[in-house]
Amino acid sequence: MEHRPLKAETDMREHLVVIGNGMAGCRAVEELLARDPTRYRVTIFGAEPRVNYNRIMLSPVLAGEKCFEDIVINDAGWYADNGIALIAGDPVVAIDRETKTVTTRGGVSESYDKLLIATGSDPFIIPVPGKDLPGVIAFRDMDDVDTMLAAADAGGDAVVIGGGLLGLEAAHGLTLRGMKVTVIHLMPTLMERQLDEAAGWLLKNALEARGQTILTGADTAEIIGEGKVEGVKLKDGTLIPASLVVMAVGIRPSVALARDAGLAVGRGIQVDDHMVTSDPAVLAVGECVEHDGQVYGLVAPLWDMCRSLADGLVEKPTGYRGSVTSTKLKVSGIDVFSAGDFSGGDGCEDIVLRDASRGVYKRVIVKDDRIVGAVLYGDTADGGWYFDLLKKQEDVSELRDLLIFGHAFAAGGGAADPKTAVAALSDDAEICGCNGVTKGQVVSCIAKGAHSLDAVRGTCKASASCGSCTGLVENLLALTLGDDVQSGPKTMCKCTSFGHDDVRREIVAQGMRSIPEVMQKLHWTTPDGCSSCRPALNYYLLCALPGEYVDDQQSRFVNERLHANIQKDGTYSVVPRMWGGLTNPTELRAIADVVEKYNAPMVKVTGGQRLDIFGIKKEDLPAVWADLNAAGMVSGHAYGKALRTVKTCVGSEWCRFGTQDSTGLGVKLERMSWGSWMPHKFKIAVSGCPRNCAEATIKDFGVVCVDSGYELHVGGNGGIHVRATDLLCKVANEQEAMDYCAAFIQLYREEARYLERTAPWIERVGVDYVKARIIDDEAGREALRARFLYSQSFSQDDPWAQRAEGAEAEHHAPMARFIPQGEFA
Amino acid sequence: MTTAEWLDIGWVDQIPVRGSRTVQVEGGDDIAVFRTAEGKVFALLDRCPHKHGRLSQGIVHGGAVACPLHNWRISLATGEALGEDKGCTPTVPVKIDGGRVLICRASTLKAAA
Ligand SMILES: Cc1cc2nc3c(=O)[nH]c(=O)nc-3n(C[C@H](O)[C@H](O)[C@H](O)COP(=O)(O)OP(=O)(O)OC[C@H]3O[C@@H](n4cnc5c(N)ncnc54)[C@H](O)[C@@H]3O)c2cc1C
Ligand code: HEM
Ligand code: SF4
Ligand code: FES
Repeated sequence: MEHRPLKAETDMREHLVVIGNGMAGCRAVEELLARDPTRYRVTIFGAEPRVNYNRIMLSPVLAGEKCFEDIVINDAGWYADNGIALIAGDPVVAIDRETKTVTTRGGVSESYDKLLIATGSDPFIIPVPGKDLPGVIAFRDMDDVDTMLAAADAGGDAVVIGGGLLGLEAAHGLTLRGMKVTVIHLMPTLMERQLDEAAGWLLKNALEARGQTILTGADTAEIIGEGKVEGVKLKDGTLIPASLVVMAVGIRPSVALARDAGLAVGRGIQVDDHMVTSDPAVLAVGECVEHDGQVYGLVAPLWDMCRSLADGLVEKPTGYRGSVTSTKLKVSGIDVFSAGDFSGGDGCEDIVLRDASRGVYKRVIVKDDRIVGAVLYGDTADGGWYFDLLKKQEDVSELRDLLIFGHAFAAGGGAADPKTAVAALSDDAEICGCNGVTKGQVVSCIAKGAHSLDAVRGTCKASASCGSCTGLVENLLALTLGDDVQSGPKTMCKCTSFGHDDVRREIVAQGMRSIPEVMQKLHWTTPDGCSSCRPALNYYLLCALPGEYVDDQQSRFVNERLHANIQKDGTYSVVPRMWGGLTNPTELRAIADVVEKYNAPMVKVTGGQRLDIFGIKKEDLPAVWADLNAAGMVSGHAYGKALRTVKTCVGSEWCRFGTQDSTGLGVKLERMSWGSWMPHKFKIAVSGCPRNCAEATIKDFGVVCVDSGYELHVGGNGGIHVRATDLLCKVANEQEAMDYCAAFIQLYREEARYLERTAPWIERVGVDYVKARIIDDEAGREALRARFLYSQSFSQDDPWAQRAEGAEAEHHAPMARFIPQGEFA
Repeated sequence: MTTAEWLDIGWVDQIPVRGSRTVQVEGGDDIAVFRTAEGKVFALLDRCPHKHGRLSQGIVHGGAVACPLHNWRISLATGEALGEDKGCTPTVPVKIDGGRVLICRASTLKAAA
């Protein structure tokens, strides 16, 4: 395709040559023509064999919503009408700045007075084996779309590598075209550069509901196939069949031409505020440039750049100052918007609104009374408004309380105070959507004596389900009662208006499966929780979904993450398990060796009849465990909210007072219950007679042997508030003692709040309640026991053995070592 | 890979999301390098302003880390204790280049000294 409307030899105007017939190159020419249509003679070189089109609309073309003709920006007529020569389908391969000429692959040469480089970006192809197989493509131009459409016609499986904007749009299009699509994403969250964890989770759910398979945290090892692509293999060994692989892992500014020509190139072609490169006769614009250290991958900055560029070309320079960008995902039916900086940080305040029933998540980040970022999911109507406030750096302190409800609400005149807004509602106005409760009903329920949030929830159910109307109910309480409002239930933490019990009940009732899901459905007010609620949620999910829930390591306290106790100097102490407090020469020798080998400064006999090795360095932990494992010892969980120790006395085996084999029972109890995660630490003891040398009556579960059987005691505690146990009951044999113990532990695991020991739990619910559940309800007891044993079938993996074998090894080692003045290793 | 001003300490992906890794500085305290849920990377001296807890071992949430010893919350961006607590941990400038994490050499030396 070639237009040469004017004879070059007779045209004496300055010659502007443009490399790149894409979005920025053509827009720059448009801007120039708008300012001065005759000043330059223009020639455009394009590698693609077609006219200028809107690249961002390739996604709708792939999805079948548009065709190529619909997305052409400038057709052949435009080039002709404006006297522009277009040389398409023949890429420029060299720039000679001495002679001011460019040369194409086909051998065409043109000399220039001004050269504009607008070569865009190259897709990044991850360097894995098989990347060059036929059927492996990028998503950048119309040819790629044609390849995808041809593959889709044949049907079958497609894999998209990369869960960013581009990858998800490709996956969406291919799904609509009938392919079975798997998205492989390296990071735990989709579109992590644009979305936070909460929004990423919603997006993943929505895409899965449309039939896509989304694998996050998945790393591609190789692409396999003989002569053409047949599948993708992940580093964990998973094999996914595919007849088409789309790589959408990122783009790199296309700078090769500029670099070869000796222009200053960093991440992109370096330009000043007027888009001039290190050579005054050469300009550059679009994704290929680096301005003020920034490179861009979206169109909005191009428009700003092209304006400044054209202003400079007609000698009325204005200057480009960088761009703030926003993103929308173009997947029909899924609304996602993100802008600015949402990483939080100092002085940043998050305003979060979640509406589970509508699938909405909105988060606006405010700093120094200015919006600095926004992430919207499900309802993006106000994206433009937030983005505008952000770009203009407007002071939003006046709007603060209503900001998150959006433009319509915040701009709603005098009702700038939420309480006034609530007061203005009619009695018929619905307050609680989940339970269909009106303002009138809430007010009358308050008038009848429900003087706290809890009481309102208990009587008319308002705000008792998803909790999103909690603020409204609180305002109604304040309006109706003034100062007489009783403080509500103790919430789990400042991230939620729910208490522990409510959260737990909802997790089970709604079958929730992950921390982000709980936060979304229960309207958490922070994006990713805090150090109080994250460990609690992790535990509740773990307890509710044994064998299914994948533990979130980053939601555990350090001791549980590293399986050792952090000490105040940052070293760790290590306690191997000694069943029932028994040990033997092999174990003792191994412990002695570890103490010497790793220079542990102290070993102590603990109150729980174990040996504690102090002063182990974090990076030595895996080696220490390996040595202890080799001698047959496993983790003592002395660091965990878990079963700690079973303390025993010597019992009938040795002691003249012993009535039963207390040591043997202790060992059995420990074998049954080790490794289980609990709301808090849990200690057991077994004494062989009422002399109670193992101090069983200050343990969470204590057994005191008597001639006629076993007395079972619960809810004892040493520590600051010493509490003697309550007698639960007496049983006749060892098996019953074990069964009751299992049932009791499970009741505690399922019903106590996170970080609540058995003593305060029993004080709270009453020992009679525990008796009713464990003694009176035989079937219930049996079910509890069964649930405990089922859950134990997944939890008795020695965490030390896994890590000694290399699991998470890297988290024990420093990332790098720096030796000042010397080498850096 | 050491340049005069910036120390290249490894790939961003080596730091767990909502977690951290450390850089050992010979003759000084470690530097803790954090990665938030949103993928931002920060570096601070691995020492809590309260009683020198290892911040690298804490729970990362939002733009802060909770110290593992007594749960002070420390801002990752400024090193300041948040809320009622008062104190500050030295920070080290970080930049990301092509997926690599670079930390400022001078600040590293100053902080770790
Ligand atoms: C599928 C898809 C969806 C997108 N969606 C969005 C979106 O929703 N929102 C958004 O803001 N952005 C989106 N983008 C990004 C947007 O398209 C780019 O930011 C924009 O196209 C960049 O413009 P450019 O002119 O710099 O590069 P391009 O548009 O890529 O133009 C560069 C042109 O130069 C040509 N070229 C390169 N080297 C040579 C050479 N040596 N000789 C001759 N010609 C050469 C190339 O063939 C190409 O045609 C999307 C991109 C894709 C691929
Ligand atoms: C005359 C009777 C007693 C005899 C023969 C006796 C024997 C023992 C023995 C053998 C042990 C070691 C148990 C072990 O760790 O394996 C022990 C420990 C202990 N005994 Fe006794 N005891 C007697 C009475 C008592 C009484 C009356 C009390 C309490 C009032 C008591 C409290 C303890 C305590 C606290 C321990 C330590 C448990 C521990 O932490 O390891 N003993 N006793
Ligand atoms: S509790 Fe009874 S059986 Fe056990 S050691 Fe003490 S006296 Fe002997
Ligand atoms: S040392 Fe960090 S909170 Fe005490």
